[in-house]
Amino acid sequence: MFYRETGQFKSKYKEELAAFPLAEDKVGIAILLVIAYVFIPLFGIPGLSFEFTMGAIMIPVFIFTITTLGLNILLGFAGQISLGTGAFMGVGAYSCYKIMTIFPDLNIIICVILSGLVTAIVGMIFGLPSLKIKGFYLIVATLAAQFFLEWAFIRVAWLYNYNDSGGIEGTNKEMFGLIVSGPQSDALTRYFIVLTLLVLLTWLASNVIRGRIGRSWMMIRDMDIAAELIGVRPLTAKLSAFAFSSFYIGISGALMVFFWLGAAEVESFDVNHSFTYLFMVIIGGLGSITGSYMGAALVWVIPVLIKEIGKTAFGFDAFVMENFSIIFLGVAIVVILIVEPHGLARLWQITKQKLRLWPFPY
Amino acid sequence: MEILYAILIAPFVEMGAYPDLFIQALWDGFVAGTLYGLIALGFVLIFKASGVFNFSQPILVVLAALSLVSFYKLGIPAWISVILVLIMFYILAWLVERLILRQLVNQDGNILFMSTIGLTFIIIGAAQWIFGGVPSAMIVNELGFPNGSLEWPMFGGGVYFEMIDVSAAVIAVIMIVILAVFFSKTKIGRGLRAVADDHQAALSVGISLNQIWVIVWFVAGIVALVTGIFWGARSDVSFALQIIGFKALPVLIIGGFTSIQGAIIGGLIIGLGEKIFEIYWGPLLGSGVEGWFAYVIALVFLLYRPQGLFGDKLIERV
Repeated sequence: MFYRETGQFKSKYKEELAAFPLAEDKVGIAILLVIAYVFIPLFGIPGLSFEFTMGAIMIPVFIFTITTLGLNILLGFAGQISLGTGAFMGVGAYSCYKIMTIFPDLNIIICVILSGLVTAIVGMIFGLPSLKIKGFYLIVATLAAQFFLEWAFIRVAWLYNYNDSGGIEGTNKEMFGLIVSGPQSDALTRYFIVLTLLVLLTWLASNVIRGRIGRSWMMIRDMDIAAELIGVRPLTAKLSAFAFSSFYIGISGALMVFFWLGAAEVESFDVNHSFTYLFMVIIGGLGSITGSYMGAALVWVIPVLIKEIGKTAFGFDAFVMENFSIIFLGVAIVVILIVEPHGLARLWQITKQKLRLWPFPY
Repeated sequence: MEILYAILIAPFVEMGAYPDLFIQALWDGFVAGTLYGLIALGFVLIFKASGVFNFSQPILVVLAALSLVSFYKLGIPAWISVILVLIMFYILAWLVERLILRQLVNQDGNILFMSTIGLTFIIIGAAQWIFGGVPSAMIVNELGFPNGSLEWPMFGGGVYFEMIDVSAAVIAVIMIVILAVFFSKTKIGRGLRAVADDHQAALSVGISLNQIWVIVWFVAGIVALVTGIFWGARSDVSFALQIIGFKALPVLIIGGFTSIQGAIIGGLIIGLGEKIFEIYWGPLLGSGVEGWFAYVIALVFLLYRPQGLFGDKLIERV
């Protein structure tokens, strides 16, 4: 009733090809942006403290959405499975740290983007085996990347400037007279920066996916031999998918350390985190940008809320709630795979379709 | 030149100069390899019979070891605890078949694989909740395995063989023989092979898929229990074992996904290879290379012999 295309006429091809051809979608996106940019900074989420909203929910969800977008590009659009996401985030974080120590005066946003580029190169190198192998076999190649990089983060002392703690930590960085990163920065400032980067990266991803490169990824995913016959070069398609995905993952890794955690060690990039990101993609929906948002939000927020509610409302100790949230995650993934293997994004699609026809069944 | 010498010559000189250390390293690698092979065996069994790449095998090993120790701590005699663990695994196999596999019949291999990751998380959470996360010692003596070690003097030094490692190797061999006989001679074994070959054809001649799945998950559980006992005896019983379980993946690549003897031989290659590399070449790279060396061997195999040593030549290459 409120969501249908009747009466919205297009007179140019360009309008047909727009990202959001329906007026309702445009309004919906605008409302979401207003909520993210105005309402949440002003009012927070009702029932939760402002600090908690920013530090434990909004900033990490936005950062992990970038990670999930990156992994979804690789897994959902190009069909190349990877279990090295955690380590690639580490590459982003450590390279950002190195770039900041080598060029102390460089703007931190530029550092973050440069570290994304470094990760893209590393991702391409570890993506090389994908040219010969696929499926489960690629898991082994990406696990090799995961464990090798984890080892490098510990053993190559140059990466963390030979400090004793063996970790990396952010220092105060200024931009336009505001402290944007480091221990003294304001959560709200960091929130706006992460949000803006997320919006820009989403915009970039949605356009790349609709374009020539994105289509070549999907062709490789659906049937590589047929794609090759049509004239898609597997080399460029696969490596560009690895590069693009690693770019996102690297940026999210740098953001995670310098705009959220403040400091990190190897443990923040281990293989269990790789699994969590994989879950975000699966639960959200393979090959869907909306799904990346939903998956990251659900997988991150539900355990946090479970822990918080268990602690405050029922007085369970942290250990029990921790395990409960792990079980919940496992059950969620099995249920989603059984009920809707295409994830939350497909459910959203179905809802939209129903809304279009409502109140009639078909 | 110096680097070349350090890479190409020095390690071999060292091997020749201290042959007892070399043999010790070989033995350690052999034992570790047997255990990797046992974990991989669990993967192979399930993959052979149902085409599911069972990611939860390492956590099954942890679960077996943890529950065995916990039952014993409750005051139940060791051997009865073993039987209890086996009953528990039978129930688990039945639940997995009922609640997960049966719902996902006809789905893509990737989806089945991901569902076993979900299962892994469920088991991790539940096991930590019930048994706690504190590492504990394996009940080796109580189960009647010999402890202590054999010392074998040679080349002016000595090589130590831990008795528990010797028993692990012996039991591994016995188990493989039993499994090989089980797979080739018994009715159930033939059923398993039939299911692995073609689900529909197997169904049409009256083999119950569901029953076969329960059996194969149960057998994988038994293998997990044996692995858990011996691995627990070498280090403590804790969730750290799960990370070591990832080593089974390179083992499978080397041995092939469908071969029982491949799993063991692949395990030995990985075990020996990484031990020797760690001891003689590791210091050049700053040690700790055990974590990733196995994957490098696996990558080399993937590029030159993607079906593994004993695998079926069905692998789709790009």
